[in-house]
Amino acid sequence: MTEGVGVAGVYVRDQDEALEFYVGKLGFKLHTDARNGDYRWLTVQHPNQESFQLGLFRPQAPLVDESTAQGLNEAVAKGAMPPLVLVVDDCKAAYQQMTGRGVEFTQEPIERFGSVDASFRDPSGNGWKMIQAR
Amino acid sequence: MDRNKPERPSQDPALLRRLLRAKDRMDQASEEEWPVERLASVSGVSEAHFARSFKDAFGIPPHRYLLTRRIEKATALLRDTDLPITQVAFMTGWSSLGTFGRIFRDITGKAPGEFRTNDQAAAHELELVPHCFVSAARRPDLKIAVSEKRRRDSADNGDGPNQTEVP
Repeated sequence: MTEGVGVAGVYVRDQDEALEFYVGKLGFKLHTDARNGDYRWLTVQHPNQESFQLGLFRPQAPLVDESTAQGLNEAVAKGAMPPLVLVVDDCKAAYQQMTGRGVEFTQEPIERFGSVDASFRDPSGNGWKMIQAR
Repeated sequence: MDRNKPERPSQDPALLRRLLRAKDRMDQASEEEWPVERLASVSGVSEAHFARSFKDAFGIPPHRYLLTRRIEKATALLRDTDLPITQVAFMTGWSSLGTFGRIFRDITGKAPGEFRTNDQAAAHELELVPHCFVSAARRPDLKIAVSEKRRRDSADNGDGPNQTEVP
């Protein structure tokens, strides 16, 4: 299969911090870290998803002006960005492991609708739902 | 452009992130008591500044936000379980059944028992959407104080039962 979504990104307040979180705490792998002046194209990959990269981008010039960047940083910090879903085999085990690594959970695992789900946030404020694969 | 709409002040993202933590904690345990000092300490903000900063950030005072979460949880319990209404009230943070019933009716327009009958009868096809998004989408939109809503309703109404709520 060659067609499909290749990259989707989240806005983060600090790319070093985000990299530390997604790689160090969630177990993603670094895919691309390319800099051009102030601009940094940074993507990570889930170890089981070779064809998809999650971008960790900073709202910044030249892509957006300063006041737009401020607005986007505020929206991220308020948890107003779109939902993200991480699928795991064992939600409670993943919760234990991630809690041990210092991930900020906003909802402990709950069994419902034939599955188990929990919620956490990245340091910037992006909210993830973690759902156990059925 | 709506000129009557007050412009939101720009806020420090680091502060907003900490305010979000207080909001998350209320989401997580809306049945608990959340006095300002508790919320302020979660956010690392002074008590004097907390309520104002929270409202600037999320457009609703913290106490009112908590009420919407409690009612949201109550509507879910009424719909998805057969728990007695008294128990639903206690589980969602009310110590008085009377207060629960009154605020529930003020916000949703229906008494808890009536809500349960209507909502359980309606067909739902939301099983494929992750639960939290469904419940967020169904969260009561409480833009004005409950007492204000009550006042307006009683001023506007007075005639028949077929009132439609104007958003």
